[in-house]
Amino acid sequence: MKKQALTIVALASLVAVAACNEKETTSAPAAPTGIKPSLFTDSLFAVMNADRANYTKLIVQRLGPNGANVIKPDEYWKDIENGALLPAQMFRAGSEAVAEVTDEFTYSLQSLWPIGKQNGPKTELEKTGLQYIVDNPGKNYYGEEKLGDVTYYTAVYADVAVSQACVTCHNEHKDTPKTDFKIGDVMGGVVIRVPL
Amino acid sequence: MNVKKSLWLIWLLFSIVVASFYLYTIFAAEDKTALLIGETTHGHHQIELSCISCHTDAFGAGPVLQDACTNCHQEELDAVDDSHPKKKFTNPRNADLLKKIDATKCVACHTEHKKDITNPMGLTVPQDVCVHCHIEVGENRPSHKDLGFETCATAGCHNYHDNKSLYEDFLVKHSGGVWLNEMGKIPLANAASTFAKKPGKTLVQMSQSMRELNSSMVAANPAPHGDWLASAHAKAEVNCVDCHTKEVGNAAVSVPAQWQEKPSMEVCQSCHTAEFKGFTEGKHGMRLSPKLAEKLAPMTPGQIQPSSHLAFASESKHKELTCNSCHSAHSYDTQTAAVDSCVGCHADQHTASFADSPHGSLWQKFQQGELAEAAAVTCATCHLPKVKVRKGRDGEPDVYRVEHNQNLNLRPNEKMLRSVCLACHNLEFSIDALADSELIKKNFAGKPSKHIESIDWAMKRQ
Repeated sequence: MKKQALTIVALASLVAVAACNEKETTSAPAAPTGIKPSLFTDSLFAVMNADRANYTKLIVQRLGPNGANVIKPDEYWKDIENGALLPAQMFRAGSEAVAEVTDEFTYSLQSLWPIGKQNGPKTELEKTGLQYIVDNPGKNYYGEEKLGDVTYYTAVYADVAVSQACVTCHNEHKDTPKTDFKIGDVMGGVVIRVPL
Repeated sequence: MNVKKSLWLIWLLFSIVVASFYLYTIFAAEDKTALLIGETTHGHHQIELSCISCHTDAFGAGPVLQDACTNCHQEELDAVDDSHPKKKFTNPRNADLLKKIDATKCVACHTEHKKDITNPMGLTVPQDVCVHCHIEVGENRPSHKDLGFETCATAGCHNYHDNKSLYEDFLVKHSGGVWLNEMGKIPLANAASTFAKKPGKTLVQMSQSMRELNSSMVAANPAPHGDWLASAHAKAEVNCVDCHTKEVGNAAVSVPAQWQEKPSMEVCQSCHTAEFKGFTEGKHGMRLSPKLAEKLAPMTPGQIQPSSHLAFASESKHKELTCNSCHSAHSYDTQTAAVDSCVGCHADQHTASFADSPHGSLWQKFQQGELAEAAAVTCATCHLPKVKVRKGRDGEPDVYRVEHNQNLNLRPNEKMLRSVCLACHNLEFSIDALADSELIKKNFAGKPSKHIESIDWAMKRQ
């Protein structure tokens, strides 16, 4: 009997607490929904950057000509036995695969010194943002732009040379407009767009 | 009844008749010609009366039509590493370009039922369409500075989709060399024979009743049995009952055995899956494609558009095209299928010139025992090429099968460079030859009359 009474008291307490919580929730101002666009794009970039660095160091460097030499990273990797994507191509392949499953955000790799000319800055924000991350090492660029009929939150992040392979390939490519990259230089930028 | 009422009545009757005609045509009639809004391209002509194969839904025209295109063509685009896939244009930074031409949709360049404005490759936009996105090319490529944009895809240099044999590094890698290399390196198809090579492997274990049926049919049909004895089927122990009693969709032989006088194509397909797939993806078998919304009768050469550049022997115009049209039943002689079957229907100048062409003479030498098969060139060598399926294992040779989609390397013909020409010729000669339409008509009897400078320009940049 005593046990039953205790159970009833405990249940009543729970109901009272729940009711109070509900009252507090309904009386408080509406909490903002979603997350800040910059936090969203920063988080996306963190994943992209980690994957890119890991592919470069853990796959290309470890298994490529500078390591075990069992894969051949090459621009035309499909035409080579044991060919593997260059890190920039791996990044772009991810971007294109994402574009096939969602249009909630897009991203691309661009540069003021592109090897493929279509990867140079095109919109005004891209031009400003890519220059900003070169002039302000360690900082990102955020802004809004209207493309077509849609307004986008656009963030630009520095893409830094993490290995000698990046530097050598870009400096020596016949289509490069810049031949004096060094490790640690900003070689381009990752542009992430979120439709508002 | 006054005049006004009579006119109303006439109008009503006329409307009912017209509506009934179109409703009957849409929902019941076999002949839907009245619904065509314009002649289709030669690529779709054979299936143009199967409206629902492309117009799968009466509503949602754009996405529905795009799905119809990709349903049949996406796999090929992926295989050739399409240079302009949809995914390259969906980034918002391309919004201004898409306003000029929406490259995310096939119909932006390939609109059907517009015969009057259709260019080669089913292109319904002006041939200088590249200008919209590549107007600055002259700044980065001085060699291109004074070139007209209508020449990008018409001068033997670039394709919109398939550039696997035309991209700059490929040109450099395959530059130089002599126009004719050492011959005898044309791969031979051996995929099917891998069945026979496995010890103890037979397609079907025959029961006693099947053995008896097989024996009785052999005794009753000596001529087909004679043909079969010399065939690859005999070598692979594919017996009469394996085809003539096969229950399609079930690997087991039907019990009790029902003798099928004329096995369907599905019986061939059950073993030759890749060959059937290729066949139904090309113009020979597209009317039988399982991707179509309805089953059509096999194609006959007589159905081909009069405006087509193809010509056919008059006696062939009513022949239905199935597996057995080229591979006669029982003998399944691939050498017959490689030349005689083609020449039996096709009567254009290119085909007629084969026998007296350098390629044709190689074929004749092989038939006379003067040349190895790997050095002989047939119609099939170029139009139904052998493609590598996989590398050989444990010292075995690489495995090749015949690509039965004879249109695959003709859209446009530079697709032949990799799969065919480079087996014997260098790249420079091959590009020049494929760009010379008169030389093609003569079946390559002679040397190319023009020179495509793409390799020269690529080498200058090294």
